Amino acid sequence: MPADTEVAADSAADLPEDADQLTAKLRHAAVAALPPGRLMPDRQPAYVASWIYVFGVLTLSALAVVIVTGLVLAIFGPSWWHVSTVGLFVNSLHLWSVEVFFFAMVVHLWGKFFMAAWRGRRRATWITGVVSFVVSIGAAFTGYLSQQNFDSQWIATQAKDGINSTGAGAIFNVTNFGQMLMWHIILLPLVVVLLVGLHVLLVRLRGVVPPFAPPKGSTIETETVPSHEEIPTGDRP
Amino acid sequence: MTASPKPTIGLLRDRRFKPDRDVEEWHGKYLPYDLVKEFLIALAVVVLLVVGLTVVFSSPDDQPVTVRSWSTAQPVDFAQTAITELDGSSGTAGYGPPYNQTPDASQSIGPFSPESWFGVHHPIDSANDYVVAPLLTLPNQPGLDAAISTYTSAPATQQASWTAAYEKAVADATFTRGALQVPSGRYGPVAPMISALTSMARSGALDGALISSRQFYGTDYTKPLLFMADGTYLANLGQAQHLQGPQWGMMNETGNYPGQAWLWLYTMWYQVPPMKTSSNADLQVWAIMMVLTLLLALVPFIPGLRSIPRWTRVYRIIWRRHYRDLNEEVDNTGPSPPAAAES
Amino acid sequence: MSTLPAMMHQLFGSLINLNHPGHYVHWGFIQISVANLILIGLMVVVFFAAILIPFRRHGGRG
Repeated sequence: MPADTEVAADSAADLPEDADQLTAKLRHAAVAALPPGRLMPDRQPAYVASWIYVFGVLTLSALAVVIVTGLVLAIFGPSWWHVSTVGLFVNSLHLWSVEVFFFAMVVHLWGKFFMAAWRGRRRATWITGVVSFVVSIGAAFTGYLSQQNFDSQWIATQAKDGINSTGAGAIFNVTNFGQMLMWHIILLPLVVVLLVGLHVLLVRLRGVVPPFAPPKGSTIETETVPSHEEIPTGDRP
Repeated sequence: MTASPKPTIGLLRDRRFKPDRDVEEWHGKYLPYDLVKEFLIALAVVVLLVVGLTVVFSSPDDQPVTVRSWSTAQPVDFAQTAITELDGSSGTAGYGPPYNQTPDASQSIGPFSPESWFGVHHPIDSANDYVVAPLLTLPNQPGLDAAISTYTSAPATQQASWTAAYEKAVADATFTRGALQVPSGRYGPVAPMISALTSMARSGALDGALISSRQFYGTDYTKPLLFMADGTYLANLGQAQHLQGPQWGMMNETGNYPGQAWLWLYTMWYQVPPMKTSSNADLQVWAIMMVLTLLLALVPFIPGLRSIPRWTRVYRIIWRRHYRDLNEEVDNTGPSPPAAAES
Repeated sequence: MSTLPAMMHQLFGSLINLNHPGHYVHWGFIQISVANLILIGLMVVVFFAAILIPFRRHGGRG
């Protein structure tokens, strides 16, 4: 019986003759780079044992709240929070989640810097992190410009000078509310989410950076760490 | 499929191991760590924190300034600004790109002047856009139309003579009984034009005219914002809220709210020489910040900078349990065989 | 007041009103709002707390 009639419509047959398919190649590459156990690990190296490690996920959680509150604001439009107490409440949630987002991100940045977390082919992780930071500042900036109040008027008339001096003001017009709102709710959130997504995938790909070699003067030889158990698989206790 | 242990990642064939760039990958213990549960707990913590902050502090919402509110509160300042728009001496009129072509107005660092390279993209002709065109929209104003016609058809030197005289006098003007009272002088048609514009502004009609000059559904507030920024009303409100540049205002929010603390370094450069007094300060500060941002992104590649974590030894606190565990294992099992001996 | 808008306002209004003129600290050439200073100070405190406070695992391996 031909093999293809036995295969369900939504499964991968993974037959050798299909190995040249772009689909198959992409799937193989993705699964090789991030098999399920690496994409969603249930274990971390023993050295991941400090509260500093939670600031990445805190930043991510804050970003989730920023986005959800932003979605609610989008449902009712940019003027809603000026005329509704519930709207003002949601706007406040949005503002404070942004403050928490940057707070957590900066503490996360400090932690990662002092861990030299770029070591061992983790430079892309570091770079995507820094770029996410910078783009997030841009997203926050366009948010401030979209408030439709005195603060946004002030920020627009002040910031225009810096941006105009670089020539970017020819395209990026901070006094154009419509444009700034669209950058804020579409363009920049997309870029932030893509960058953060890439950043998290890179962390999964490379793993959390190992510690520096033990300080000199300890009983351990520098630069080599004795092997211990293999990485546990299955449900070993 | 097992293979003999390869050289550790980062330790390529001919490269020496550099502790600030490379790392011996981990072959040690792994412990259970529930990432999804951690995320859910973090989310709950953040939601509680954000709701708490919102309930306690809410968020600021200072009313925007309008041309109407400005000209109602400070009609003389409005008139002073309007005359500078007419005679081309306002900040906007002399700004240069992207609003207009004004010689030597663009900022530069040496030959580098991207502002002038990009050119004019949001054209503003201050005399026409802020004074003449809005006045011409007013219906049934034959006297005003005649004054405008007199002004626009006069030679430039005559116009300059009228506007210079008016600009000097309006500084001493008052506003009584709903009208500008300017000391008498030879202003030609300029005085009735500015008076009419002030009335138009106080009625709210100028706000609308400046937004909808090109289309009904305007979302571009460039014209009215630049107009307001040319006056002192907006600036004084900013000063009162500690938002001006020399007040490190870029970091601040209205009232007692926290602002944008992450802009501390950006605004700091404006406070130090030579940027503090330079007419090219904006471009200089942006250049500095772009370089610093690039440096931050490229820390992994920069010797010295990337050694700071190892030198400062904050990591010893972060990984102290790891180092303690290693010491205990060695104490318990004795020195380990050299790594090279492992197949 | 028992109207719905009034109740909403009480529920969603703020407990502490920060809409007063801000307080600022002047230190040499630095000017910073008290709010921002508190925020930055908190960041530093939280960072050191995060690296100093022991992290206990489930299963008591800590």
